[in-house]
Amino acid sequence: MFAGSESGGAARRPPPASLGKVRIAVMKDREGSAPKGGTAEAARAACAPEEAPGGRLVEMRGIRKSFPGVQASDGVDLRLDRGEVLALLGENGAGKSTLMNILVGLYRADSGEILVRGERASIGSPRDASALGIGMVHQNFMLVDTMTVAENVVLGIRDLPFVPDMAAAKREILRLSECYNLKVDPDAYIWQLSVGEQQRVEILKLLYRKAEILVLDEPTAVLTPAESEELNAVVKRMKGEGKAAVFITHKMEEVMSFSDRVMVLRKGKVVAEKATSDTDPKDLARLMVGREILFRVEKGPFKPGAKVLELRGVSAIDERGLPALRGLDLEVRSGEILGIAGVAGNGQRELAEVVTGLRPVTAGSISINCVDTTGKSPLEIIKSGVAHIPQDRNQVGAVGDMSVASNLAMKGYRARPLSAGAILLPGKVRELAKRLIELFKIATPSPETRIKFLSGGNIQKAILAREIGACSSLLVAVYPSRGLDIGATESVRKELVAERDRGLAVLLVSEDIEELISVADTVAVLFEGRVMGLFPAAEADPEKIGALMAGMSERGEESTP
Amino acid sequence: MNIHFEKRKTLSKKALFLVPLVSLAASFVLTGLILLLFGANPFATYGAMLKGAFGSWRAWTETLVKAIPLMLTGLGVSVAFRLKFWNIGAEGQLTVAGVATAWVAIFWSPWLPAGLLLPVAVLVGAAAGALWAGVPALLKTSLKVDETLVTLMLNYVAILFSEFLYYGPWRDPKGFGFPGTAPFPDAAWLPRIAGRAHAGLYVALVAALLLWVVLNRTKWGFELSIIGNSQRAARYQGIAVERNVVLAVLLSGALCGLAGSFEVTGISHRLQQGLSIGYGYTAIIVAWMAQLNPLAIVPVALLMAGLLVGGDQVQMVMGLPAAMGLVLQGMILFPMLAGSLFAEYRVKVYKNPAKAAESRAPGGA
Repeated sequence: MFAGSESGGAARRPPPASLGKVRIAVMKDREGSAPKGGTAEAARAACAPEEAPGGRLVEMRGIRKSFPGVQASDGVDLRLDRGEVLALLGENGAGKSTLMNILVGLYRADSGEILVRGERASIGSPRDASALGIGMVHQNFMLVDTMTVAENVVLGIRDLPFVPDMAAAKREILRLSECYNLKVDPDAYIWQLSVGEQQRVEILKLLYRKAEILVLDEPTAVLTPAESEELNAVVKRMKGEGKAAVFITHKMEEVMSFSDRVMVLRKGKVVAEKATSDTDPKDLARLMVGREILFRVEKGPFKPGAKVLELRGVSAIDERGLPALRGLDLEVRSGEILGIAGVAGNGQRELAEVVTGLRPVTAGSISINCVDTTGKSPLEIIKSGVAHIPQDRNQVGAVGDMSVASNLAMKGYRARPLSAGAILLPGKVRELAKRLIELFKIATPSPETRIKFLSGGNIQKAILAREIGACSSLLVAVYPSRGLDIGATESVRKELVAERDRGLAVLLVSEDIEELISVADTVAVLFEGRVMGLFPAAEADPEKIGALMAGMSERGEESTP
Repeated sequence: MNIHFEKRKTLSKKALFLVPLVSLAASFVLTGLILLLFGANPFATYGAMLKGAFGSWRAWTETLVKAIPLMLTGLGVSVAFRLKFWNIGAEGQLTVAGVATAWVAIFWSPWLPAGLLLPVAVLVGAAAGALWAGVPALLKTSLKVDETLVTLMLNYVAILFSEFLYYGPWRDPKGFGFPGTAPFPDAAWLPRIAGRAHAGLYVALVAALLLWVVLNRTKWGFELSIIGNSQRAARYQGIAVERNVVLAVLLSGALCGLAGSFEVTGISHRLQQGLSIGYGYTAIIVAWMAQLNPLAIVPVALLMAGLLVGGDQVQMVMGLPAAMGLVLQGMILFPMLAGSLFAEYRVKVYKNPAKAAESRAPGGA
């Protein structure tokens, strides 16, 4: 394995033609024999790690790509050897996804060249990439909901017969899922699967196509910690077989645990390339943003005031009709940030929706500023001074095809100064937009730009700007910093604290324990719709929260009655 | 050389305007090829169409006669389309309104003051169109029934029901067996402006202007835009999605209904066969070609009407089938759909020798 060695240049590259062709021949052979040997023993034999030959798999040289107004890739060189995991680290908009989209044929570089297994490759489409053994798991999965796992796996394969042999496909999927420990039922429909399981299907799709070069775009963003560990094991196994992976991320911890080598991108350029063992998260963070980062948020003393939000015995059901909240008691006072910890899917989203009137309660009562709001409409609750930063910022928080200005006006349009009577005043809307864009430093070409063209961090800033403006008593923020880069995360956290210091009550749902401890005043841990523990953030430590998140109740701790 | 499509950050104003024009030109070229197949001179044919549609005062008024219902139904369906409510039932809403207007004009005239007869007949017609559209709207918002099928099916219900009436109980006993009701009393006749063109034109023009203001300059219009883009986002903003969808579709049906009311009060003065010549379907083309912009619907409807009238002329002058106008209409939609790409994307041409070499290199897959 040449991972980490700096001199793996032209001399050591194997003769161009031979390696790739031979490997393809070997793979073809296996393809033919695998379905026949359907026994478990044969399956185990087939998934025994093959001889892992070292060597250069991919080399990208001088890649440039520009989009209107942005130089997304500015002369990037990248190399990937067999048996190595390369982490691409960078803030949102640093050009990580662009670079990888070029490798998998979704974009074409403006200039530069790509060599795969030493041969120059022209990758014009994902199919070309697939034929070269390159595959990508995108952030938003590319699966057909109404089709089964097996159907999704074979979908799009070149030379698929008119009537595909699904039995053979299923056998192969089972074999692969057994040897990589990717448990999934080939007959299940995609819509029945959890997000983590859907990701497994995406990976199986690539393995089924004999991909050797896997690109994973922020794969852990949607996973629970346990699922991330499983993914890590899968990647390690592939590594052992001489495959290689590129891992796009902006989380330093993941770089440390997943990768062998890390490349840091900033504004489309490579700013550092190091063996993972030669670096640490602090160093990486500095490289990523180009300055030292404050991990702790400055905040004033905790001076809780009157009770703003009170939940008494609140229960609710989720989309599938299963109980999501089971008799929840919570309260948030003014000047307090109540942090809700928990593994995603333990009732956090439902909690936020119940408070904001988007979901009915099945039992219990909710009051805001001592007024009963149980069963009130979202509009009535908005009018009582509640703002909401929703979990899904692209579909719910913002309307992608409308302008930044329109998005900023979506709370205030009902009243003066944005409207007079039934009439909307576009001049005032524009004025407001310009003011908020400047105040919150939203990077946008103009207020008329459709908001979907902004980066995730800037969309979130716009939502925050709008919601904070409309908020006079309670701010409900659901995963407000999820998927944001360090700079944007920092500004979101600062803003939440500023609102608390201004005397608002803040309900902050987060999966980032560090964030909760540094931002919140009080932390409540949710598990299966119940509060497992409630304590001042100052007394919280990550281990304790972690145990409660996993459903282990602690004796002697103040917990739910 | 390499041709690329790049997504635009803001919709190109120029493209929004140019795309329909270029599409129109492209469809003329495509239809020209078909005309050549028929052995007709495309230029002579287009010339005849132009003359037939706009070449004389009479031609102009006849074009207006067809443009009025196209404007109203075009406005109607565009309101629904903005909410992604696929109302393809304009034809039915128009027909039902014609029936309701006829009902008022014939059966209420004995007791309703003459001065009120026309306005009441038209309003009842519009209300009937609204209700006819309201059925699929309620089914959609309460039970999630697909509106495309329901609106389409209700077209047949409406048309067959109107046939039942003028072939059966409402047939004019003095009509020598002709399928149609007795003529309306004079008080229910819509005043004419010129030729057969009637005052419905003013209503259509005012409706277009009002609709533009409502959609672009009012809070309700803003809410409709949000709903049309993302219902989840609208719900989150506290907007009552279902109620607003129903209201907008009622408006859509009312506008389509007006078209039907004006047809019977302004043109035929009775309910009879041939109330609509497919206006409700052509309205879909009108709405898309105008890119759902109410102000653009006016000229587009005029153009489409010109094609219909010109097509008839072609039959007489050139001996070609009148359907040529319809062919041209259909031909417009394809370049339009292709052309909408250019409003959203810009074309970039790369002349990069390195890249050209790369794409020629045999090493690639």
